[in-house]
Amino acid sequence: MSAISIEKLDKTYPADPPVHALDKIDLQVEQGEFVALLGPSGCGKSTLLNLVAGFEQASSGTLRVHGDSVDKPGPDRGVVFQEAALFPWLSVWENVIFGPKTQGQSPKDYAERANEMLHIVGLSDFKKHLPVQLSGGMRQRVGIARILTLGSRVLLMDEPFGALDAQTRLTMQELLLSVWQQLKPTIVFVTHDIDEALFLADTIYVMSARPGRIQARMTVPLARPRTIEDTTSEAFNAMKREILQQIRH
Amino acid sequence: MSRIQQILLGAVVPVAVLAFWQFAGSQANMAGIVPTPLAVLEGFNQWVFGKPGMGLNPYLGTWLSNVQYSAMRVAQGFALATLLGVPLGLMIGWSKLASQMFDPFIQGLRPIPITAWLPFSIALFGIRDMGSIFLIFLGGFYAIVVNTTQGARDVERNLMRAAMMMGATRMQLLRRVVFPSAMPSIFTGLRIGLGISWTAVIVSEMVAVKSGLGYVLWDAYYVGRMDIVLADMVSIGVMGYLSDRLIVFAEQRVLRWRILQNH
Repeated sequence: MSAISIEKLDKTYPADPPVHALDKIDLQVEQGEFVALLGPSGCGKSTLLNLVAGFEQASSGTLRVHGDSVDKPGPDRGVVFQEAALFPWLSVWENVIFGPKTQGQSPKDYAERANEMLHIVGLSDFKKHLPVQLSGGMRQRVGIARILTLGSRVLLMDEPFGALDAQTRLTMQELLLSVWQQLKPTIVFVTHDIDEALFLADTIYVMSARPGRIQARMTVPLARPRTIEDTTSEAFNAMKREILQQIRH
Repeated sequence: MSRIQQILLGAVVPVAVLAFWQFAGSQANMAGIVPTPLAVLEGFNQWVFGKPGMGLNPYLGTWLSNVQYSAMRVAQGFALATLLGVPLGLMIGWSKLASQMFDPFIQGLRPIPITAWLPFSIALFGIRDMGSIFLIFLGGFYAIVVNTTQGARDVERNLMRAAMMMGATRMQLLRRVVFPSAMPSIFTGLRIGLGISWTAVIVSEMVAVKSGLGYVLWDAYYVGRMDIVLADMVSIGVMGYLSDRLIVFAEQRVLRWRILQNH
């Protein structure tokens, strides 16, 4: 069974004239697969992610996650937002345990896992800090630790590193890869950065705009685990040329 | 600029006003209208520290009890306004149903100044505490409910989405996301509301009850004790300032995250 199964998914926003955001999207994501949705702004990649997250409803078509039809947000699909979207009045620790605590779990059921996830993202020493006291990269680490503690099997990431500087972005990409290697969640990663998609993903869906369509599905041939050296390899560059041609097409 | 220079600069205007006031109050044709600052100070002293019942001065030593009367009314009316205004504002800002049900009613009544409610309030409650407390409540209530509503409407969309993604129910969203998000606006409402509450207590005590700073203010005017009138005005200002500081103190504790954000 696919982790995510999408067939003929359509999204039209009522307006005059109606905005056709997504046009007959077909997409299958396997368990533990790392998928990138790549495309220019306005191609509907965030809309698609919001539909999978359950924040918005499709106009037609089917959308199943682990076999279940999606109709609202839920802890099985953890979302990492572009601006982290941490609760500014809660400490790092309180943010990370927000999910299990809200669901009424007792601390002994989640404290250990939360500690482990904070350790994985390298924030064990910052539990009492408020989000405002952290850098942008650290806030995203909290955002990641939060959904790992939540126990989501599908991670939906909406340009999570888009607002970070180049060096921090690279560190975060390496961190995400290491988290993925350790825990093997299914990841759908939205980006407009070709290098980022190539470095991270198993499969890249190139999208085009107005209406949003999937233009090409590409398998990234780079071996795992990947390192920063891979981003200058011949295979990487050949793939990048191919994607550029798709986008210019 | 050094600290001392700053203080000196800030003192220029008040000292000039005091000097002019002393001069003007000493003029013969101002007698009985504008008492000098020194006369006010002396009246204030008797009002605060004098022994009640000594001599013919009815104001001897009655300051504290009148301050208490006013402060208690403000505390009661304002507490009522907060207890009703904050939850109602949250509901209106958060739920379309509550907004459609309550917003037109509140917005419809709001243009009626609280002073216009005075006669009706006295008719309803008589010359008793309740008439005054009702006006104080009303004055504080509008400011609190309107600001809380705004705060609840302005919750960042992604914070709501994040909480829903983590399994929060609608009630949990209200309590754990909307309420803390609205907290800065709530405090703005509380501070504005408290200011209006002090206005309301003075106005209502002038008419609707027979005690408190507002009652003394009007009473002293009638018997020509302008020194007490001015001392009373100063007292109201000090009380308003101190109660505002109390809210700011609470705000700084509750909104540490917000204060850090703005630096």
